[in-house]
Amino acid sequence: MSPETKPDFLISPEGLRVDGRRPDELRPVELKVGVLKQADGSASIRQGKTYIIAAVYGPRELHPRHLTLNDRAYLRVEYRMATFSVPDRKRPAPSRREKEISMVIANALKPALFLEEFPKAVVDVFIQVIQADGGTRCAAINAASLALADAGIPMRSLIPAVAVGKADGQLIVDLGDEEDKYGQGDVPMAIIPTTEELTLLQQDGSFNREELQEAMQMGINACKYLHELQKESLRRAYVKKSPEDMDDEDDDEDDDDFDDDMETDLGEAELMEDE
Amino acid sequence: MGDYSTETISHIDREFISDLLRKGERLDGRAFNEYREIEVEVNVVPAKAEGSALVKLGDTTVVAGVKVLVGEPYPDSPDEGVTMVTAEMSPIASPLFELGPPKEDAIELARVVDRGVRESETVDAKKLCIVEGKKVYMVFADVYPMEYDGNLIDASSIAVNAALLTTKYPEMTIEDGKLVETGELLSLPIKNVAIESTVAKIDQILILDTILKEEFVQDCRLTMAIDRDNNFTAMQKGGGSGPISMELIDQAMDMALEASKDLHKVVEEAVKSVE
Amino acid sequence: MAVYFQKREVVVPGQLLAEGRYRASFGTYGEDGKIFSSLVGLAELRGNTVKVVALEGAYIPKEGDLVIGTITQVAGNNWKVDIGGPYGASLHANNALRRPYSDDISEYMDIGDVIAAEVIAFDRVSGPFLGMKGRGLRVLQGGMILNVSPAKIPRIIGRRGSMINMIKDHLNIQTMVGQNGRIWIRAPSIQILRLAITAFRTIESQAHTSKLTDRISEMLAEEMAKIKESTKLEEEESEDYISEVEESLEDSHEDAESEPELEPELKPEPEEEESAEVEAEVEENEEEEKQTEEVNEE
Repeated sequence: MSPETKPDFLISPEGLRVDGRRPDELRPVELKVGVLKQADGSASIRQGKTYIIAAVYGPRELHPRHLTLNDRAYLRVEYRMATFSVPDRKRPAPSRREKEISMVIANALKPALFLEEFPKAVVDVFIQVIQADGGTRCAAINAASLALADAGIPMRSLIPAVAVGKADGQLIVDLGDEEDKYGQGDVPMAIIPTTEELTLLQQDGSFNREELQEAMQMGINACKYLHELQKESLRRAYVKKSPEDMDDEDDDEDDDDFDDDMETDLGEAELMEDE
Repeated sequence: MGDYSTETISHIDREFISDLLRKGERLDGRAFNEYREIEVEVNVVPAKAEGSALVKLGDTTVVAGVKVLVGEPYPDSPDEGVTMVTAEMSPIASPLFELGPPKEDAIELARVVDRGVRESETVDAKKLCIVEGKKVYMVFADVYPMEYDGNLIDASSIAVNAALLTTKYPEMTIEDGKLVETGELLSLPIKNVAIESTVAKIDQILILDTILKEEFVQDCRLTMAIDRDNNFTAMQKGGGSGPISMELIDQAMDMALEASKDLHKVVEEAVKSVE
Repeated sequence: MAVYFQKREVVVPGQLLAEGRYRASFGTYGEDGKIFSSLVGLAELRGNTVKVVALEGAYIPKEGDLVIGTITQVAGNNWKVDIGGPYGASLHANNALRRPYSDDISEYMDIGDVIAAEVIAFDRVSGPFLGMKGRGLRVLQGGMILNVSPAKIPRIIGRRGSMINMIKDHLNIQTMVGQNGRIWIRAPSIQILRLAITAFRTIESQAHTSKLTDRISEMLAEEMAKIKESTKLEEEESEDYISEVEESLEDSHEDAESEPELEPELKPEPEEEESAEVEAEVEENEEEEKQTEEVNEE
């Protein structure tokens, strides 16, 4: 509610951004997987002050029926901002902006998903923005990728995303709220890390061609870094679930039966099946 | 959230809970008048919301946020500010919640939680006036469930109260016909605090703080808002169309009064934690 | 030719697993001679085949699966059955009842009934279709249904039933484990029921670890000893009230060593099956045959 004031400069004389970051520096990122019990898959992300929770339900039966696709699952994304996530309260009902962002996120995630595995079903992705401080659609994609993996949806890879931009003539990575509002451009992007193909690309503001290409390359590099963080957070979720007194040394001795037990136990259902 | 008569609940689920109750047991070992473990964390949206709280009631989790804005008063109360509470049944919280505009039970949740705050006159509207007839503070409290395992009403009530009591907003005044911040941070003018306690009726048995499985088989529930002086400020029978006798209502009131002390304590401790 | 993972390593979607002449199996996909994981799971190499054992995921029906479902609709000669996952199932009266049967099949099984059934057909275009003409397939009564992640069911059953049999031995419960992540449990007391739930939930969260069977077995032994201790104390205290206890017919004694409760209306319960695949473990039981026949004849 307090009227926001534009900072005097977005890049200081020392070349630092309003929060002290260097132009190519990301905000501190914290990713957690499996944060909700009800959802099939879930993840939370803190990127600077931005705080978002993503949940996945599916594949599950699709209602209304007329949306079903015969040869694949329907991917449905709902991006919602809490009324209190922004300084000027956002009205509770879904806005056109939220609907557009929902669609853009769905398009960013779709190429990574093997939706053909579940014809006629739906994969629902719910994104709740709790605190918005710039780069929400990208942070949402980072969390949603993890939530999809957590739900066991088969994927080509996780999808990392980041917004690059320009402030005071300087190209910057991972825009914060003020840089987004008062800067000279905003380029949210997402990639398939193995091929570096883009699944999300938007741009506003003003860039010449070289600037834009350089900005996108900075974005790709930042995405690759975020991808490492995503993978690590996913693995961490399973290390955490192991009992503390699991001693690696004991595993090799007299344990052949149980070694086999674990993998084959889990895979017993699949042993009968062939691709 | 309340009336599950049209969902296909299996006979086993229905009978299992009633059988347990008849033996004096609940699935998680609680007594009939016992709440699950309650965790309250305030200021979870510090950068954008004026007040906020995250509440975990067993496996039910809700986030409430408060925005304080400046607006125009209603014509029939020119010297009073406005307080509005909403809640949704976001599909992120449960596979039972559907996408789309709120249905009956979602609307009921919002209105019951709102009534708990409004009827107790929690926020002193007269003290929210900036310029009579022209500018007043408007207080919006919004609740977002994140995980649903029963008893959204009580969880939401605790969250809204914790958020309102820890809200801080900049003081505004008129200078040369313009709204300016004075630099002071105010707390909301609180007149009374009432927290809602919901008792469910299953056959002739009353239980507090239902989990989801128990809500599946309840005949109805009674929500009671009780303030620090043990006054009832709001009441609602809902969650199923089963009738309830005066005798059971009496018993329910006793249970709620008893539990109310602990609920108030939980909120007070959360408030103290940030003073 | 190269393999890029270790035994028991948790792999993530997009992770490179192997390169060269390997075959991409479940949970993986191939691209340009490389094999990548498509899931979060445990990577496994069997001969030339690379697969990933899923640690999460919805229930996708397979022919032969034992499933536990709830009847949601009666439509002509078909029951619609909810078995979880993205595909609703159908059960045709011909696959459950002996002919001739009445026009109104809800007389035999109705909305809300919980059934143990077998998946007899499923392709992604239609179905799944269920049948109830196998051993042990029937309407389930009493007990409770626990929902767990379907991906963890093989671990809950264990190799040749080792895990589930160990649990049944310790707790003396009746149980049926559906491949669709639903477990039906009937326990002699609420304490034992809670213990069973704890065991299943622990396996669920630690399914990817080793020596799990041992740990669960130890935990159950400890907890059962505690329960037996406390019920012994209760027995001593309540000696004076035995006559009153005997008068209340309804509640069976909360004693871990007693037989599992029997529903008064039904014939004695047959031995339960873990899954259609683990038939070797299930004891031959005449009563079981009778039970199934009764379902067919009703």
